[in-house]
Amino acid sequence: MNKIFEIPLYPYARHPDQDATHPVRHKVIIIGAGPVGLAAAIDLAQRDVPVVVLDDNDRVSFGSRAICFAKRTLEILDRLGCGEAAVEKGVTWNTGRVFFDEREIYAFDLLPEDGHKRPAFINLQQYYFEQFLFERVQQLVDAGKPIEIRGRNRVEAIGAHPDHVRLEIETPEGSYELHSDWLIACDGAGSPTRRMMGLDFVGRVFEDNFLIADVVMKADFPTERWFWFDPPFNRGQSALLHRQPDNVWRIDLQLGCDIDREAEKRPERVIPRLKEMLGEEVEFELEWVSIYTFQCRRMERFRHGRVIFAGDAAHQVSPFGARGANSGLQDVDNLCWKLAMVLEGQAPERLLDSYDWERVCGADENILNSTRSTDFITPKSDISKVFRNAVLDLAARHEFARPLVNSGRLSVPCVYDEGPLNTEDATGLPARTRPGAPVVDAPLGEGWLLDALGQGFTLLAVDVSIPEDLTLAGFALTTLSVSAEDNPTLRARYLGDAQKAIYLIRPDQHVAARWTDYDAEAVTAALTHAIAKA
Amino acid sequence: MSDLKLTRNLQDPDGFYANLLAMHEGLSKAESDAFNARLILIMANHIGDEQLLARALHLAAESAPEGRHGL
Ligand SMILES: Cc1cc2nc3c(=O)[nH]c(=O)nc-3n(C[C@H](O)[C@H](O)[C@H](O)COP(=O)(O)OP(=O)(O)OC[C@H]3O[C@@H](n4cnc5c(N)ncnc54)[C@H](O)[C@@H]3O)c2cc1C
Repeated sequence: MNKIFEIPLYPYARHPDQDATHPVRHKVIIIGAGPVGLAAAIDLAQRDVPVVVLDDNDRVSFGSRAICFAKRTLEILDRLGCGEAAVEKGVTWNTGRVFFDEREIYAFDLLPEDGHKRPAFINLQQYYFEQFLFERVQQLVDAGKPIEIRGRNRVEAIGAHPDHVRLEIETPEGSYELHSDWLIACDGAGSPTRRMMGLDFVGRVFEDNFLIADVVMKADFPTERWFWFDPPFNRGQSALLHRQPDNVWRIDLQLGCDIDREAEKRPERVIPRLKEMLGEEVEFELEWVSIYTFQCRRMERFRHGRVIFAGDAAHQVSPFGARGANSGLQDVDNLCWKLAMVLEGQAPERLLDSYDWERVCGADENILNSTRSTDFITPKSDISKVFRNAVLDLAARHEFARPLVNSGRLSVPCVYDEGPLNTEDATGLPARTRPGAPVVDAPLGEGWLLDALGQGFTLLAVDVSIPEDLTLAGFALTTLSVSAEDNPTLRARYLGDAQKAIYLIRPDQHVAARWTDYDAEAVTAALTHAIAKA
Repeated sequence: MSDLKLTRNLQDPDGFYANLLAMHEGLSKAESDAFNARLILIMANHIGDEQLLARALHLAAESAPEGRHGL
């Protein structure tokens, strides 16, 4: 068998840095080639920032990990150049069914909104997600971009100094030292960087154990998400069935608190359990079985001088709501343009403090949502169980109770309301595209709005004329002039009742400022503010 | 926004009270708890207004006998 997670993609190879007499200094080092580290490397390299990625391992991650990737993540992947591969391989689903005890209590259709290039989300094994990122890295290497991954390079010690970071790295051929102007720690929930720097990671630990099994079966279960509360095959607990590509199904069984983890993982225990769930006659093969407990916690700050934390290293959530990798990708989206501008000397270092503000805000939102889902799925007291079951009983008959059922609220990007880079909003424009919000996609001719945005700042003019070549505050802006005349989607999302509008859009596709008319001075001021210069 | 009503609003207080108790008759403790929970959810949805609901939650907490459930 050679599954993708069994193949070394970036095997260890000796690097001249290991033989240097003095430690070589790099601009940016990333620890961790998980989804977050790989995405950060791509983003920086696309901005021509040289980057070295160090990973303990030499292949994509294996085992049952992320499967749900949200629209915003796919949009970020589009910007990074690998959205198509993920969407092509991924499974798109729209129907969810909720079961309580022995019966189905309702089904819902996600009714995804029209007028977006990407679906609300896809299901895709994390190893494929990482594979596509890795293939994109290779493409960039082939195109001569300054990006490098060093496999089986484990960071063993870190010295954080005011203007650089020192790293001690262990390899199969011994250790060596590197220096870096900046370090991005994407080394996962157990982050050795965090530990070596003695930093906190506080929050809630949930006691319940979950058996997560990925099974290969040729069953004709529909492409739907099925969630059970208190089913006969897993009494008093919950269960989830969700489809992934290649006839792999994710099965998630809550096991409760006091269990023998080793015993529960054994096939002779797991297989009968799954048979009870899927039906005696269904044939399946176990791809992977593991037992997890979940945490919801974050670091107090994500930036510590020249060391910046992103992804699971900075924050961890329970998987209900699929906010782990999805939010890590938003960290990358938020961080890389800022770091690139600071490195280029275009923006002051304090621009990076806005990463801290904005992504802590995102992490808090994700922690809140996944904590609430976890509390609903695994009630912590008798009375919370009484209310939970009351909601489910009512939901079987009445529409009003269904929004209260919480088996995971799917990941949506955070709106940076009150964010430090926003300029005060103009009145009369639609709320969903307010400053701090991610740009909402819309059809544009044969293509899509998001695809038309630049890698830097973009000035979007809807039914207003602006100069074609625009340099403000020393920056050449991408300008995009569009008309909402025959485009009701664009009108609803960007004009509302207004006749015209101007949007200043950040490199991470969040709105920095907007107006109902063009005023070069106002745009200059907003741009200067959005890079923390004023 | 309307305020939470704290003056008499039930036309027939005795009748409502009797009906409420009648619904619990013959129920086990667990069934009664479940009934109350459903009732709260139905009424909460009907009220809808989040500020009113927040006021009601606080009022219920504050009205506990002294020393037993102070906020
Ligand atoms: C059961 C389960 C289901 C999930 N479902 C979802 C989902 O549906 N959607 C979603 O978005 N998320 C989901 N997640 C969360 C998701 O898997 C994580 O959020 C994601 O993997 C985080 O990526 P990362 O790059 O931050 O960290 P990781 O993927 O953990 O990568 C860290 C990397 O750092 C490397 N590393 C560590 N220490 C060192 C060192 N000292 N030196 C060098 N390298 C080092 C490791 O080798 C690894 O490659 C799920 C998680 C679980 C467990």
